[in-house]
Amino acid sequence: MPTLTYRDALNQALREEMQRDASVFLMGEEVGVYQGAYKVSRGLLEEFGAQRVVDTPIAELGFAGIGVGAAMAGLRPVIEFMTWNFALLALDQIVNAAAKMLYMSGGQLRMPIVFRGPNGAALQLSSQHSQAWESWLAHIPGLKVVAPATPADAKGLLKSAIRDNNPVIVLEGEMLYNLKGEVPEGEHIVPIGKADVKREGTDVTLICHSKTVSVALKAADQLAEQNVSAEVVDLRSLRPLDETAIVESVVKTNRAVVVEEGWPHAGIGAQVVDIIQREAFDHLDAPVQRVTQADVPMPYNKHLERAAKASPEKVAAAARRVLYLE
Amino acid sequence: MSAASKLHLTMLRQMLLIRRFEEKAAEAYALGKIGGFCHLYIGQEAVAVGSLSALREDDYAICSYREHGQALVRGIPANAVMAELFGKATGCSKGKGGSMHLFDAKRRFMGGHGIVGGHIPLAAGIAFANKYQGGDQVCICYFGEAAVNIGAFHETLNMASVWKLPVIFLCENNRYGMGTAFERVAAVTDVVEHARSYDMAAEAVDGMNVLTVYDATRRAVERARKGGDPTLLEVRTYRFMGHSMSDPLHGVYRTKDEVEEQKKKDPITQLAEKLKEDKVIDQAALDAMDAEIHTEVEQAVKFADESPDPDLAELYNDVLAD
Repeated sequence: MPTLTYRDALNQALREEMQRDASVFLMGEEVGVYQGAYKVSRGLLEEFGAQRVVDTPIAELGFAGIGVGAAMAGLRPVIEFMTWNFALLALDQIVNAAAKMLYMSGGQLRMPIVFRGPNGAALQLSSQHSQAWESWLAHIPGLKVVAPATPADAKGLLKSAIRDNNPVIVLEGEMLYNLKGEVPEGEHIVPIGKADVKREGTDVTLICHSKTVSVALKAADQLAEQNVSAEVVDLRSLRPLDETAIVESVVKTNRAVVVEEGWPHAGIGAQVVDIIQREAFDHLDAPVQRVTQADVPMPYNKHLERAAKASPEKVAAAARRVLYLE
Repeated sequence: MSAASKLHLTMLRQMLLIRRFEEKAAEAYALGKIGGFCHLYIGQEAVAVGSLSALREDDYAICSYREHGQALVRGIPANAVMAELFGKATGCSKGKGGSMHLFDAKRRFMGGHGIVGGHIPLAAGIAFANKYQGGDQVCICYFGEAAVNIGAFHETLNMASVWKLPVIFLCENNRYGMGTAFERVAAVTDVVEHARSYDMAAEAVDGMNVLTVYDATRRAVERARKGGDPTLLEVRTYRFMGHSMSDPLHGVYRTKDEVEEQKKKDPITQLAEKLKEDKVIDQAALDAMDAEIHTEVEQAVKFADESPDPDLAELYNDVLAD
């Protein structure tokens, strides 16, 4: 199986879907001539032309809405945001238009559109460029939200998102674009709504998604050195959430830590904990712990930034707490 | 009868239908049959009728939340529009949308939208899709003058001009955004001037004269169909009712005298007088037309009243498509 970066896996998904379906087009800032701010769209302008790879002005609200309108008239737009921080300007179109069109039209207008781009913190980009928006987006009925952690999942979930007849939010990671992994060639589809056990274990479940999957895997390595067997469950989809996978793992290990890049208040982890307390209460041997970004805007200074982020050490420590080892 | 006279008669009938429909909607609202927000179109009839008469059936229309008039002119039966206002299963949005969200995809009526200015980019997107698919359809987008102060308006006009999208931006300037006079909140009060910033064709139009609106829209349609060029039309009109049903007719922001003065320009009276002068219609025929429309609207209210509420199981339907 070929090894690809996460960036090239996304590029492959876009290319294959644009080859397969002439109604798929890509629109966003710097996607064409510049080849993508993060080079996800490299080569697409040359292959598909300017009608299908559309460079926009810096006008997130406007071009997100143009995507919504194009979907109303039968196209399958892929709207790239340079980062999800900028996409806040387009939230009216995502929440008030895309997510509700089918419902408020009494089922008449489908909304096959993808909104994608990097989410969460990179390195030393400070407060406005280092935010994880998944709990905001996953809150909205009418949206689907995915957050792939590996190149293979990035390809398979983006292909699913483009083929879906609903608005799908694809949260990528700036720090993940260079991550390498094996990616199946051609038709590789990862269904939306299915979690994936990235490492099997018996003593504690680490529930994570996107960038925090690698954090949890490193924490599992550290825990193994202390003879703790951690299971790593990658949610992959945040709406719908794979409740079955979460519950099955917790029933097996009886202990859980939920890890995310976002802030703690009303985060994705809060929703996961709600599922666990309702569906696996009698199987729990300890209160569930959460590891999140510190409840502060992201600072610029690298020591402060490191202190604010979830880390393998913090996750391993939380796991030891649910095991009453510290 | 000439083709022009036939068209004028159709326009008169459509304007009267809107007027009588809205009067009945106001009654039904007062009786508690219609809930939520309900924005009436009385006074502005010439705008929807004149502009939509210049479009083909396969063209697209998209509106703000003051869209009962456009929905009726587009051909959605009065029964289905009234039933939607009543929130019934037989409504054009199955009772899920209400007054602000009338939809009929078959008739390419792409909705009433409730966030001021939020649907302006959608219109450009529909036009983008038409061009992408190689069609010559145009999309007409209705919004009030208050939406001109919103970023979505400016972002969209810019992209529509850069990409030559076949879209008509029709600003219904009725002078008040709810209770705020436009000149109190807009540095440039001639909306048409904004087109210059985006190198776009534009026209200011008398919105109380249905034929003037029709002619201006035809020019815009031709521009869009030929070269894909967008147009901004500022159609100057006036609403005779309050902003919504919860708003008094003149309130504190405009005087009764001002409203009465504007009513002298009633678009329906203007066209009726012209048609009488042209000997296309006489008072008896006009009365007969009005009576027929009264019956149609009464029937719509009866239909809406007797229609079933949506089944409770509908609550969870159409959140996501298969």
